[in-house]
Amino acid sequence: MKILVCISNVPDTTTKITFTDNNTKFNTAGVQFIINPYDELALARALELTEKQGGTVTVVNVGLADSDPSIRKALAIGATDAIRINAEPIDAYFVAEQIASYAKNENFDLILTGRESIDYNSGQVCGLLAEMLGIPSVNAINSLEIENGIATMMRDIDGGREKLSAKLPLVASALQELAEARIPNMRGIMSARTKPLTIVEAAGIEKNSATIGFELPAAKGSCKMIAPENAEQLIELLHNEAKVI
Amino acid sequence: MSILVFAENTDGNFKKSTLEAVAYAAEVAKNTSTTCVAVSIGNVDDTKAEELSKYGADKIVNVKNDKLATFIAEPFAKILANISSQENASIIVVSNTYSGKSIAPKVAAKLKAGIVSGVISYPDTTNGFKVRRTVFSGKAFADVDITTPIKVLAITPNTFTTLENNKTVNLVSTDSGLNDADFNTTSIEVTRVTGKIVLTEAEVVISGGRGLKGPENWHLVEHLAEALNAATACSKPVSDMDWRSHSEHVGQTGITIKPNLYFAIGISGAIQHLAGVSSSKVIVVINKDPEAPFFKAADYGIVGDAFEVMPKIIEAAKKLKAQHA
Ligand SMILES: Cc1cc2nc3c(=O)[nH]c(=O)nc-3n(C[C@H](O)[C@H](O)[C@H](O)COP(=O)(O)OP(=O)(O)OC[C@H]3O[C@@H](n4cnc5c(N)ncnc54)[C@H](O)[C@@H]3O)c2cc1C
Ligand SMILES: Nc1ncnc2c1ncn2[C@@H]1O[C@H](COP(=O)(O)O)[C@@H](O)[C@H]1O
Repeated sequence: MKILVCISNVPDTTTKITFTDNNTKFNTAGVQFIINPYDELALARALELTEKQGGTVTVVNVGLADSDPSIRKALAIGATDAIRINAEPIDAYFVAEQIASYAKNENFDLILTGRESIDYNSGQVCGLLAEMLGIPSVNAINSLEIENGIATMMRDIDGGREKLSAKLPLVASALQELAEARIPNMRGIMSARTKPLTIVEAAGIEKNSATIGFELPAAKGSCKMIAPENAEQLIELLHNEAKVI
Repeated sequence: MSILVFAENTDGNFKKSTLEAVAYAAEVAKNTSTTCVAVSIGNVDDTKAEELSKYGADKIVNVKNDKLATFIAEPFAKILANISSQENASIIVVSNTYSGKSIAPKVAAKLKAGIVSGVISYPDTTNGFKVRRTVFSGKAFADVDITTPIKVLAITPNTFTTLENNKTVNLVSTDSGLNDADFNTTSIEVTRVTGKIVLTEAEVVISGGRGLKGPENWHLVEHLAEALNAATACSKPVSDMDWRSHSEHVGQTGITIKPNLYFAIGISGAIQHLAGVSSSKVIVVINKDPEAPFFKAADYGIVGDAFEVMPKIIEAAKKLKAQHA
């Protein structure tokens, strides 16, 4: 089985978000970048599947050279090889088009993404990519089994869960319970140095959106404190003052 | 030209998030002097579908087909894209629910439309086509300009009002015009949470953290939730330890929610937790540590032991419920 895992390089979850250049650019000074947490789960599941059934796991990132440490980490975790499409990721549509233009001649049986990237949060690459490749997609999966070319999955839906199946090839996006993230071991780290990381020139694609500026949420006013002895007053305040219950 | 909106249903009924999307699309149509076309897909009665005109739909296209009674992304996306072309739609609005998230990118790719999800503003068309969205898991907002002729907007639930905006009913009932090849995923089983308020749709959410010490103490969360018609949620370690199901885990790597009231009990307020809940309109924090970072993000706070203060709060909430019963 030939699996592709899309990984995005995102600021660590503890990052305090700030902007520069008159609030038009994310301030990366001092920020630690990591593999998007959901993508790590997708990678872990891909490795579990190929360890059981044979096959390869390729990781792909659309990004500049600053993504390389995250890509190397994915190789250290166990990916067979890696592709970096050399372009600044503008938006989900652009990223999906870049990946589609690479993947269309590669005949992957399965493509996995994360549910969303924790920086851009669009949650769209999975559906866009599938449509561009003309194959089905299933988003927000919590389990994935593959047998005889059929994928059986559990996905979150509004107000519940759905078990469903689809023939490969398929694109699916990983949710929390899909797998346990893996930590690279020493051997993995050593072997990652010699695994292929191929840099592919970006396809000429017009962008169809532009981020003009950012803003931080207004700071909360002060918190109204209620003495624990009078805890019941809280309900009255929520009802009469905040009017939320 | 028109503004198209996907009117999602569950078992033949429209959810609040759907009505918000229809009202949003109607408002955009009004501001751009076009019409709002709502598309319902599945097994919705015509009389039910007609209700969408109350929320501003100028035209309702009711696509009826038993095979589409439950949501399936591929055929739904195909139908929406087809109708968008027929109606010459310049903007397609969906609610950013699980269904909306799976359908919006497909429709966008079919129509070569620029797409923005997590939208929290009406479009500003004074110079280009700008919308505001949340980024960095709620830690910031971004203003995005879409430059394609057709645009897809996935709007954040519980952000826009469901203004009533009575229009005369204009309903067209059609069949889907799909064939078997359009169904390329097969649903095996759907399990819905019953008798409980769904977390992603809840207006009030009661959430517990590690401070509650163990799953046996969750009655403090559940009893308050019951009294306030609220959904329940938890922090990541709570679901990692299997005290609660992962479907309740909110935060940067869990569900992002935006209720009117988020009530945090024994949760410290780590940055990853705040990311998923900080857009809530009102936040209440109960924590025995006055230095807990969550108080900085709170509107109301009690520094105290949850095991002592929660019974009083639950009692008061039950009284309020009885008064309004
Ligand atoms: C990559 C990554 C992603 C993460 N994603 C998420 C996420 O999505 N969501 C999430 O929640 N976390 C996430 N975390 C974890 C996060 O960093 C915190 O560890 C977590 O939110 C803490 O949970 P907590 O507040 O329940 O527990 P704690 O931090 O242990 O806090 C317990 C709180 O309870 C209070 N307390 C104790 N006893 C009582 C009492 N009797 N009465 C009242 N208060 C009491 C304490 O004062 C304390 O403030 C993530 C971490 C990482 C590294
Ligand atoms: N620059 C990128 N390179 C490779 N994959 C990406 C990139 N950005 C996003 N993805 C993938 O798409 C998923 C959803 O991202 P998004 O649509 O941006 O929320 C992520 O979890 C990744 O799997």
